[in-house]
Amino acid sequence: MSPSSEKTNGGAATLGQFETLRAVEQFLYRQADILDDRKWDDWLGLFTEDGHYWMPVSDDQTVADGVPNIFYEDLDLMRVRAKRVTHPHAWSQQPGHRTSHVVSNVVIDEEQPETGDVVVRSKFHVVEYWNDGLRHFAGRYRHELTNTPDGYRIRVQRVDLINADGPFDYVIQTWV
Amino acid sequence: MPNEHRIEVGGLVEPDRVHRRCYVDEDVFDLEMERIFHTTWIYVGHETQVPKPGDYWTTIIGRQRMILVRGKEQGVHVLFNRCPHRGSLLCNERHGNVGDGFRCTYHAWQFNLDGTLRSIPMSEGAYENTRFAPDDPQFHMTPAPRMESYRGFVFASLAESGPDLRTWLGGSIQAFDDMCDRAPDGEVEIVPNCFRIIQKSNWKIFLENQLDALHPSVTHESTGRAASEVQKDIENRTGKAPPLSYHMLSAFTTPFEVWDTLETVGHPYGHCMLQGYMGLRPTDPDNLEYEKRMRESYGEKRAEEILSVNIHHVLVYPSLSVQSPLQQLRAVRPLAPDRTLTEIWHFRLKGAPEPIYRRALDYYYLVNSPSTMINADDLVNFRKCQDGLQLDAGDWVSFHRNAGHDSVKDGVVTSVTGMSEAPMRNMFKAWDEYMRNGA
Ligand code: FES
Ligand SMILES: [Fe+2]
Repeated sequence: MSPSSEKTNGGAATLGQFETLRAVEQFLYRQADILDDRKWDDWLGLFTEDGHYWMPVSDDQTVADGVPNIFYEDLDLMRVRAKRVTHPHAWSQQPGHRTSHVVSNVVIDEEQPETGDVVVRSKFHVVEYWNDGLRHFAGRYRHELTNTPDGYRIRVQRVDLINADGPFDYVIQTWV
Repeated sequence: MPNEHRIEVGGLVEPDRVHRRCYVDEDVFDLEMERIFHTTWIYVGHETQVPKPGDYWTTIIGRQRMILVRGKEQGVHVLFNRCPHRGSLLCNERHGNVGDGFRCTYHAWQFNLDGTLRSIPMSEGAYENTRFAPDDPQFHMTPAPRMESYRGFVFASLAESGPDLRTWLGGSIQAFDDMCDRAPDGEVEIVPNCFRIIQKSNWKIFLENQLDALHPSVTHESTGRAASEVQKDIENRTGKAPPLSYHMLSAFTTPFEVWDTLETVGHPYGHCMLQGYMGLRPTDPDNLEYEKRMRESYGEKRAEEILSVNIHHVLVYPSLSVQSPLQQLRAVRPLAPDRTLTEIWHFRLKGAPEPIYRRALDYYYLVNSPSTMINADDLVNFRKCQDGLQLDAGDWVSFHRNAGHDSVKDGVVTSVTGMSEAPMRNMFKAWDEYMRNGA
């Protein structure tokens, strides 16, 4: 997990840093809206062609490939999931889920001066409503964002749930 | 403890149907714990989970919290997780290492890795002229009355007597043979953590579903179709065969007619087997390399024998569902009539190339993880059954499909069709015997 002390901004932030922070925050808020609105095509569009969505089984896990994960999906697997949840016979989507994502505590850990690519961490709190019940997810995000002419795109989104190694009652159907 | 007279279990099970109380009744559940889970062989874990002395994992047998621990010399022990002083749990984490012995965090009684009492603080004179005696078993950690392992798979029984493990496993022993034989080195190694999913349904609903060939193309239609669409896209885009993982998902759309050709086998004690349908012998370079290694280890003939075994699931009733060709298993831990914990583990084939492990890992992810696109729909079906069975609209659950048509030879039931409800009938036959006899 990214140590919080890695890059503390001891001095005053420059105007450029504020602009990056604002742009990154807007990106994260837009992503939260897309998830809550279940706009899966827009969701897929947030990722680079080689992008991955990753939810490890523990917060000290350092690699995703070749070990168990709660989520580890490239764009093709994400397409399967998006098609599946919108299929009229996705029985476990009846009734459908509703979610509310709150993202905060946004910190830029790295910024490449030449490309404008950033590594950013944040915290989330997601409340999910399904079948008369509420479920909570909390933890931290770590986004590796590529700066493109069309705005940021996600190369890796890492999602660490605080209960990643706990028992789950029913399945996490879509991306947190 | 359930009162012997409170419940009459005779009459709940008929050859082709069972009473809904089997799934929803608290008293039935209590009696199941006592007469099934506290008497028969229950899967505890795999020896490779605890490689070093002092390594332990905690688990549950029926209502009892147990510890699987690696001893000082060779061998593992299965002990109740209870301090004999005042009853505290001894291991409070799911797993870890206790060093060369257990030390209770309450008053520091210490125990060897086999559970025997080692020391009590300041005990000199303290127990003189008392009924405490250091060689009295009640002052040691209590071991499971029986423990046996087969090819590294550890089982324990809380009953002092009963059939030995091999006799009891009977034909279901193929689950462990098939999994281990598929390793060029003849052994498997566990990947040392599991997913835990709590099902809001009765444990038997899960076991029945594991061998239910009528459900996949209905329940898993959405994921099967979505995966086959993307599978085609990848093929068109790259001109190459998509990864086997897409096939694992799209195979769920296999039509009824094909499911119906699969064989199911029922063994004594409720164990069952459903034949495989995925065809896991592709001709890609990875698999060819693996099969070559198998031939080097076993010779042409034996390797072919092993590789042509075609199993989907084997149930080792009542605590285990094993998917040997993909090296995974799901251990069943009932918590309440309507709550069941499943621990889902997977294994590496020793001596097999890495891509063969990746195949198991892909399946582990797609089908068994907390984000699974397959079991998501199963779990919802289970819960809906559990809820529907509470209704007063009928007392019986139907297992009539092909009833009376099974062929039985030496206590082994072979179904005439893949979608026959023979496996469910076979499980309930064993259930009825356990519940009536209590052993
Ligand atoms: S309860 Fe364990 S030492 Fe007292
Ligand atoms: Fe299923």
